[in-house]
Amino acid sequence: MTSENDRPRGLLARLRGRPAARSRGRRRLGAAVRLLAALALAGGAYTLFAPGAQAQDSAPLSGAAAEGKALFDVSCVTCHGRNAQGVEGRGPSLIGVGAASVEFQVSSGRMPLARQEAQAHRKPPLFTDEQTRQLAQYIQELGGGPVVPEGDNLHEEGNVAAGGELFRINCSQCHAFGGGGGALSSGKFAPSLRPASDRQIYAAMLSGPQNMPVFGDNQLRPDQKADIIAYIQETLKHDQDPGGFNLGRYGPSTEGLAIFLVGIVALVFASLWIAGKS
Amino acid sequence: MKRRKFDLAAVPGNSAVALDDRFQVATPLRRLLNKVFPDHWSFLLGEIALFSFIVLLLTGTFLTFFFEPSMTEVVYDGSYAPLRGTPMSAAYASSLDLSFEVRGGLIMRQMHHWAALLFMAAIVVHMLRVFFTGAFRKPRETNWIIGSLLFWVGFLAGFTGYSLPDDGLSGTGLRIASAIMLSIPVIGSWVTSSIFGGEFPGTIIISRFFIAHVLLIPALLLALISVHLGLVFKQKHTQWPGPGRTNGNVVGERMFPRYAIKQGGFFMVVFGVIALMGGLFQINPIWLFGPYEAWVVSAASQPDWYVMFLDGSTRLMPAWQINIPIGDGYVIPPLFWPTVVLPGILVGLSTLYPFLEARHLKDRKSHNLLQRPRDVPARTAAGAMAVSFYVVLTLSGANDVIADKFQISLNAMTWAGRIGLLIVPPLAYYVTYRLCLGLQQHDREVLAHGVETGIIRRMPDGRFVEVHQPLSAAPHGDGHGELEYTGWVVPKKMNRLGALGPAVRGFFYPIEKPAEAPVSPGHPPVEPRPEREEIGSGESRR
Repeated sequence: MTSENDRPRGLLARLRGRPAARSRGRRRLGAAVRLLAALALAGGAYTLFAPGAQAQDSAPLSGAAAEGKALFDVSCVTCHGRNAQGVEGRGPSLIGVGAASVEFQVSSGRMPLARQEAQAHRKPPLFTDEQTRQLAQYIQELGGGPVVPEGDNLHEEGNVAAGGELFRINCSQCHAFGGGGGALSSGKFAPSLRPASDRQIYAAMLSGPQNMPVFGDNQLRPDQKADIIAYIQETLKHDQDPGGFNLGRYGPSTEGLAIFLVGIVALVFASLWIAGKS
Repeated sequence: MKRRKFDLAAVPGNSAVALDDRFQVATPLRRLLNKVFPDHWSFLLGEIALFSFIVLLLTGTFLTFFFEPSMTEVVYDGSYAPLRGTPMSAAYASSLDLSFEVRGGLIMRQMHHWAALLFMAAIVVHMLRVFFTGAFRKPRETNWIIGSLLFWVGFLAGFTGYSLPDDGLSGTGLRIASAIMLSIPVIGSWVTSSIFGGEFPGTIIISRFFIAHVLLIPALLLALISVHLGLVFKQKHTQWPGPGRTNGNVVGERMFPRYAIKQGGFFMVVFGVIALMGGLFQINPIWLFGPYEAWVVSAASQPDWYVMFLDGSTRLMPAWQINIPIGDGYVIPPLFWPTVVLPGILVGLSTLYPFLEARHLKDRKSHNLLQRPRDVPARTAAGAMAVSFYVVLTLSGANDVIADKFQISLNAMTWAGRIGLLIVPPLAYYVTYRLCLGLQQHDREVLAHGVETGIIRRMPDGRFVEVHQPLSAAPHGDGHGELEYTGWVVPKKMNRLGALGPAVRGFFYPIEKPAEAPVSPGHPPVEPRPEREEIGSGESRR
């Protein structure tokens, strides 16, 4: 009868008062089973949800990206490393820089780099447009990142007046009022904007190459970017200078040079001539 | 009735008599028209400044008809599309209208600006001429001081002038000017707020600068220029030493007609050069700078060239700040030294130089004859030192443009400027001093031994000697009669002997054939080269 009375009734009672009858061996076995189950669950969930490196590797590249990878493995791998992970002291990782960055650097000839120095210079591009697109596609599929919109003319909708104001606020500090570029510290520089195409300017704003800050779509909306490009392409590049030869648009430094080289030289010759007439 | 015959030829004479009867001008006018001016090309450099000042007055007056010196905010609605709809000050908007709407406005603006640069450049070049030839010596020290003041007043005229359009570049310059004023210990903040009418930029500075630029400073310039010219008349112009020229006379051309006609012609030339530059070269494209906003500072922001040395000294100055722990603490910012102390020293040194030199040389005499730079090596070398100091500062003022365009590191440019500022002037002093001594020695050599003839004679014992042509008949018979140096050009080429001028007349091309060379006895006369005849191989070639 005692056993009948001792046995707890109901589920709650059973949880409250655990029977001391279960043996140590059974308890250990239970713990081991639970641990195994938890591990299996975690591992399974991880393999299901986490995009691991193995998963990426096995993902098939598109045709263009595969072509790009072939080019990359020949021309870029020395500095940017296998899988564009970067090489310490030579080149940065390209994971996440996006197609915009590749397009800017490769189409303007800056990459491949001629030599390691303060900053890459613009050169005639080594790759064709097609190859540049393939490289960009490869880097894009590797790690994602910003992409330049389609089309060669990105300033059709742009407003030059709004663009001028934005240019003076955001760009002229380094690229100068006329877009001719300017010096930065230790041999770095902001390049001239004259040879840059719409896509290159857009890509530079998106990716912030070298010392340039990134002007993402939160800082400058796409329509503001179009305004700036319109100002650069239509006002700075295609406007004729109403005042005559612009002396390179370098401001008062070349004007000072001109007054001595042209004005003073001409008038000294004139005074030599007049004084010689005696 | 007898008709009086009207004699046209007598009109000028009669009216002159009538004028003289009333105003008694004949005697002073005769004195003026008969004034003699020595003639040398280097005496015309100051005139370039004078004539560009006249151009400045003419073009500046034109500009005031259209410029609105006000900082009232307006929205631009002119013909320059890239700024349409932009809020800006009325001063900037009217400068844009001057450039794009007013007929001939842009060339007037550009001529005004080029004339200003030329005015300052001509002042400096004229000042160098006066310095290196010793024209500033007694009795002309006052005129030297007025001349150096003219540079500094011109400096202010330029600064207030290019600040007026209220564009991005000039606003940046104004901000720097306000910072310079703020850096003056104790009085800085009061000076700034009284000039700007409160905090920078305020709303009054353009109208204040306008009245300073179009009334006060030009009046001061005009007064200084008048005294400057009056003193040249009173004290007479200096002249180079030469035959018949002494410390007590002036050899040259009379004011009327030759000198006046030459000056009139030269004015036309100066006007023409300024007009050409105004029409051909774009200067200060304010439409690219945009309206001034405190947050807009472009790269390559430089002042005009005559202010650039201050920009350079600021760029080279290390960031040494002095904290004075009195009361709440005073600070002397590093900007104070290169922009307030340095110009102060330069003004003092340049104005006092004539007195310093006279004191050093114990020279109390009056000097009306100029000195060749080589004959006063110490002064010439000191001048070269000053010029190189100024050039290093000016180049440093443009060091970001130079660094960018010549692909040099900006840091390297700054350090080159810092080290160059200390090293280059002494080096320039040494090199110039040695050059002067070398030139002096060569002059004395020619006076003692004669001109090099280019003839090498072989002596019987096999030696080679160069034959010199002595400049005078030798008094001792040994071919060595040393002539005295008179402070003027010593002929050093055979074809310059016998006359101080060039043997072939004409400036750009010879206007006369060189005279037949005199045939020296003992040498056969030189036959001209025979005409070359074409040698053909018969008719077939033709």
